Amino acid sequence: MTMPQTLIALLRRELTLAMRRRGDVLTILFFFVIVASLFPLGVGPDPKVLRLMGGGVVWVAALLAAMLSLGRLFANDYADGTLEQLILTPTPPVVWILCKIIAHWLVSGVPLILMAPVLGVQFGLPADALWVLVFSLLLGTPVLSLIGAIGAALTLGLRGGGVLVSLLVLPLYIPVLIFGAGAVDSTISGLGAEAHLSLLGGILILAFMLTPWAVAAALRISIE
Amino acid sequence: MSVFNWYKFSSPATFYTLAGKLVPWFYAAAILLCVVGLYISFFMAPTDFQQGEAYRIIFIHVPAAWMSMFIYIVMAGWAAIGLAFNTRLSFMMASALAPTGAMLTFVSLWTGALWGKPMWGAWWVWDARLTSELILFFLYLGFMALQAAIDDPRRADRAGALIALVGVINVPIIYFSVKWWNTLHQGASVSMTKSSSMASIMLIGMLVMALAAWMYAIAASLSRVRSIILERERNAQWVAQMLEAEL
Amino acid sequence: MLEGKNLACVRGERTLFDHLNFTLNAGELLLVQGANGSGKTSLLRTVCGLLTPEFGEILWDGEKIGAVREDYQAAMVFLGHAPAVKDDLTAFENLDFSCRLAGIEASREDVKGALGHFGLGHCLELPAKSLSQGQRRRVALARLLLAKAKLWILDEPLVALDQAALHLVQTLIGDHLQSGGMALLTTHQMVSIPGIEPRVLQLTP
Repeated sequence: MTMPQTLIALLRRELTLAMRRRGDVLTILFFFVIVASLFPLGVGPDPKVLRLMGGGVVWVAALLAAMLSLGRLFANDYADGTLEQLILTPTPPVVWILCKIIAHWLVSGVPLILMAPVLGVQFGLPADALWVLVFSLLLGTPVLSLIGAIGAALTLGLRGGGVLVSLLVLPLYIPVLIFGAGAVDSTISGLGAEAHLSLLGGILILAFMLTPWAVAAALRISIE
Repeated sequence: MSVFNWYKFSSPATFYTLAGKLVPWFYAAAILLCVVGLYISFFMAPTDFQQGEAYRIIFIHVPAAWMSMFIYIVMAGWAAIGLAFNTRLSFMMASALAPTGAMLTFVSLWTGALWGKPMWGAWWVWDARLTSELILFFLYLGFMALQAAIDDPRRADRAGALIALVGVINVPIIYFSVKWWNTLHQGASVSMTKSSSMASIMLIGMLVMALAAWMYAIAASLSRVRSIILERERNAQWVAQMLEAEL
Repeated sequence: MLEGKNLACVRGERTLFDHLNFTLNAGELLLVQGANGSGKTSLLRTVCGLLTPEFGEILWDGEKIGAVREDYQAAMVFLGHAPAVKDDLTAFENLDFSCRLAGIEASREDVKGALGHFGLGHCLELPAKSLSQGQRRRVALARLLLAKAKLWILDEPLVALDQAALHLVQTLIGDHLQSGGMALLTTHQMVSIPGIEPRVLQLTP
């Protein structure tokens, strides 16, 4: 059997599993909505303030939601022995790791992107800023899954793993937050978002090339 | 011949004794340099015409900030050596450096706040340097928390080393992004070290203090690595022999 | 041929075993025995390549397994403590997917046949969470029928199995050895395979 077929099988399997556990996917999505909706309640309903904050708030909520969803990435496979079997397949680890991360992004990142415009409207973002918000999330959320995978792999089977992941991963998320929220911000202030978005794209390419190797090393460390 | 020596000193037992001999010297150097540095910074450096006497906190703040970044890089270096050559001592050095690095990061944040109050009228300003330093502090905490959560020392060593390497690759990206964010939002732009207008005696004072911090960091991490070696090797024969000899 | 040379394994602060040597030729069965905590599972995981030994090396046809990783893993099947069976997938999907992931070519009929052989023909479409412990193990073991691997590394393959399944697995191992395969397994139970005299590797804590 050739490698692409193995990968398609893995992708199908991951998506089937996610479909059987739709509840988990929806929980993350609702978490995203609730966190973003808490901010107006906390800072007051002044439309001017909310419009200024909107991009940043949606991005912070996306960061937290992405972080929470990391538990699903490897933990179940680690507990039931699937991870060992994956490591022992002839397919190079980097390849199937990337495949798993893509599946994870499709299940936990894409719903956030689709929901984001609704939240943006809640904060009174103008139409062009909404588009930039969606586009910045499209470039940024895969990075969150990629970098998060390192933290998820390192904390496998540890007590307090969930909280630990946040300590490891959130500082590394900061550049994505800055450029993502910054893109929305500079659209609103009329500066244009190109610079931010291209930097975000650069980070995505870098993360795409480097993180699977780090995840492969992290999984080997944790499985020992 | 040099290869032989390298392997000799990379054995924990030999290094334990060597480090024990070196520690007092580094502490002595740290104290001496600190006294000289403080003398320069309090009695020789002139009063700043803009900032008055309050600026003198930078003689602690800036060296602490320099060392906190430098230690993270050294830590990642040891981590890389450990992962590449599987030398236990390198991992132990990385773990021993982290608390000192975190402490210096904290000192630089604390003194930054003390300096910020008279300068900006606020304890905390989202200045690019302060923010980067804060994130560096988080990176140190993450490293230490991860190592503390893992019981198996071999896994703790490797996992910590990996996160240190991931961190060190990210540090320039984080620094760049924070700087970008800061200029975009036109926040506090007062520079902590206006090198152009700084009197050379101030620079000398800062360098001496940085050297003092460096010596202290070496002394502290060497004595910490000795404890780590003892803890890890408590079942080894050489530890038993040494304890017997001491009794 | 599989060889372990001068192997040592350290977990935490404990040395589980050291100076361990073994060879396994085609048609041979090697039983790893020892008390709980003597390092049987660690040895098997080391032989698979999941654990890096503290000292020593493992050779596959004379080459270090790290150097011939892909060939070695294509020639080897490992069944560990955890059966790698997903609760949310059916028995059929579980076996089908695990074959695909391992690169084993098997048609739908092959997969169904393998499950039928292990007495799971009536619960192909049941989600694995409704299966018993023994039935889950059988789903995992059914992979042995489909894998065309030369080397079987099995960690406690007989645990939680009833008499019929015990007999089935032992016959399966017997056939595998007869056709030139090799097997390395840990077990607390008696293994009786007609025509095969197992060699025993005793681990002492």
